[in-house]
Amino acid sequence: MTITLNKITKVVAGQTHIKPTSLTFQTGHFNVLLGETGAGKTSLIKLMAGLDPIAAGTIEMDGQDVTKLSTQKRNISLVHQFFVNYPHMTVFDNIASPLKVAGMAKSEIQGRVEEAADILQLRPMLHRRPHELSGGQQQRTALARAIAKESRAVFLDEPLANLDYKLREELREQLPELFAGRGAVVVYATSEPEEALLLGGSTALMDDGNVAQFGPTAEIYRKPQTLTAAKVFSDPPINVAKVTKMGSTLIMGNSARWDSAKMKDAPDGDYQIAVRPHHVTPKPSPANTVKLNGRVLVTELSGSESSAHFAMPDADWVSLSHGVHPYQVGEDHPFYLDPSACMLFAEDGQVVAGGAV
Amino acid sequence: MRKRSLIPILYILFLMLPIYWLIAMSFKTTNEILSGFSLFPQTFTWDNYITIFTDPSWYWAYVNSIIYVSLNTVISICVALPAAYAFSRYRFLGDKTLFFWLLTNRMAPAAVFVLPFFQLYSAVGLFDTHIAVALAHCLFNIPLAVWILEGFMSGVPKELDETAYIDGYSFPRFFITIFLPAIKAGVGVAAFFCFMFSWVELLLAKNLTAVYAKPIAAEMTKTASSAGYELGLLAAAGTLTIIPGAIVIYFVRNYIAKGFALGRV
Repeated sequence: MTITLNKITKVVAGQTHIKPTSLTFQTGHFNVLLGETGAGKTSLIKLMAGLDPIAAGTIEMDGQDVTKLSTQKRNISLVHQFFVNYPHMTVFDNIASPLKVAGMAKSEIQGRVEEAADILQLRPMLHRRPHELSGGQQQRTALARAIAKESRAVFLDEPLANLDYKLREELREQLPELFAGRGAVVVYATSEPEEALLLGGSTALMDDGNVAQFGPTAEIYRKPQTLTAAKVFSDPPINVAKVTKMGSTLIMGNSARWDSAKMKDAPDGDYQIAVRPHHVTPKPSPANTVKLNGRVLVTELSGSESSAHFAMPDADWVSLSHGVHPYQVGEDHPFYLDPSACMLFAEDGQVVAGGAV
Repeated sequence: MRKRSLIPILYILFLMLPIYWLIAMSFKTTNEILSGFSLFPQTFTWDNYITIFTDPSWYWAYVNSIIYVSLNTVISICVALPAAYAFSRYRFLGDKTLFFWLLTNRMAPAAVFVLPFFQLYSAVGLFDTHIAVALAHCLFNIPLAVWILEGFMSGVPKELDETAYIDGYSFPRFFITIFLPAIKAGVGVAAFFCFMFSWVELLLAKNLTAVYAKPIAAEMTKTASSAGYELGLLAAAGTLTIIPGAIVIYFVRNYIAKGFALGRV
């Protein structure tokens, strides 16, 4: 089972919301759509589900053109960010509803609903109504409906975003097993880079209605093709600075300069470097050798990690380091950059040289 | 505790007084009503009610009213449901203007429409039929029902529609088996208000009927004659007029609170 998008476009009132997008989603692993709110993840899912009209392009499922097929006939499932269930039906009827509409025999419905309810631990709640359930149970009901239907494609639109932290972790661990071996193409939209990495598979990075990059998740995390892709796939935000290259030396304004052998092939001129926050540390190390000076703006402590936002000439940077590091807000503090982890981008945002991760 | 409950008790007494007076009057003879002040019926009588329930022109007036009010409620809800769905779910050219224009129909006094309706219905032979009054009342009730239902429908997330389509529901099946149950409180409230407005409306009902579809409000004017007013009979007819409204309000009392919370009642 595959879903293939051929240059699909969405236009609303003369404005292009989804620019021509071509992607192929495969079964067997999670296909993650990663991007900020408003990047077009939900729009893209709605186009694939047939809920919104496509301005141009075609959608194929298993080689069959479904562009003109109605939502009802596409045999898909969708789980929304908000818990959407039929309020007047019991959990059992909610899970059974797509099967009943399809005209399945009662005994088979019973079996499928109970199987899905067992997987999602909903068995004791089958006779309750959605409003009598907790948020996590309501979302599990929606997931159970998607599983019981055994559709060709399952779209999960930030299904965990409205759950509290513990439930989210629990359900996130369960999700890949839920859909493993069912043969459906799973498309999972999220705004958290961490979720994309955890759920693996392949990831499409979305930005402003564009797919910035698409490929195996680990690969596009390691080798972003554009600065935009690097920015989308980084949380906290990736650090960016303007540099000038002269020979094998990179010069970052008045703040720093260092030798970079691997970039020596590129022509001299102005570039942008991007470096992930955990390659900028408050203490020097064999790898972290380039000293930067910044004024500490904000600090955060999260158990085993300390992060500091500090002011640099071009922009504010973030440092993320292991252990508890004492910062004073407002102080000038040295930070050390790992030059081998720097990614070099041309001024138009195209990658020139990648960095080690 | 006692001090706090004093004011609500006084207020409720104040509200109930005219209703009590009406009911008390209905059990008095006209002579007693005219003779002076009495808190309770001195000579208790069922005569007024017996007159109403035995005289066909009286009880048929009630039946007529119930027929056209029910007809009107059914027509108004059936027409308003798709209209309200369109206003709540789709954006189209002039949608907001049209919605406001619908409401302005409620702002004109009924008297404005009496003459055109009378002339029109006489010309097409609808004069003095139940459907004539029911249709005339639609002019006021459909906009009201659209407005109430639109509020309830907009409270249902669009994702519910989408989920149903994805599950394979066709639009009619979704609308009847999923959407209507989700807004049944709104349908109840809208039906209640249609019923009430149609039930109490006098001017159109009276002028568009003569004999066959004569409503109770018109029949009541019969109590005034050259011999004077039959006040006891009038009071009994009035008491009976309150009852249908009271029954309907009993069934929708919980939904109306919901409607108030949405700001649509």
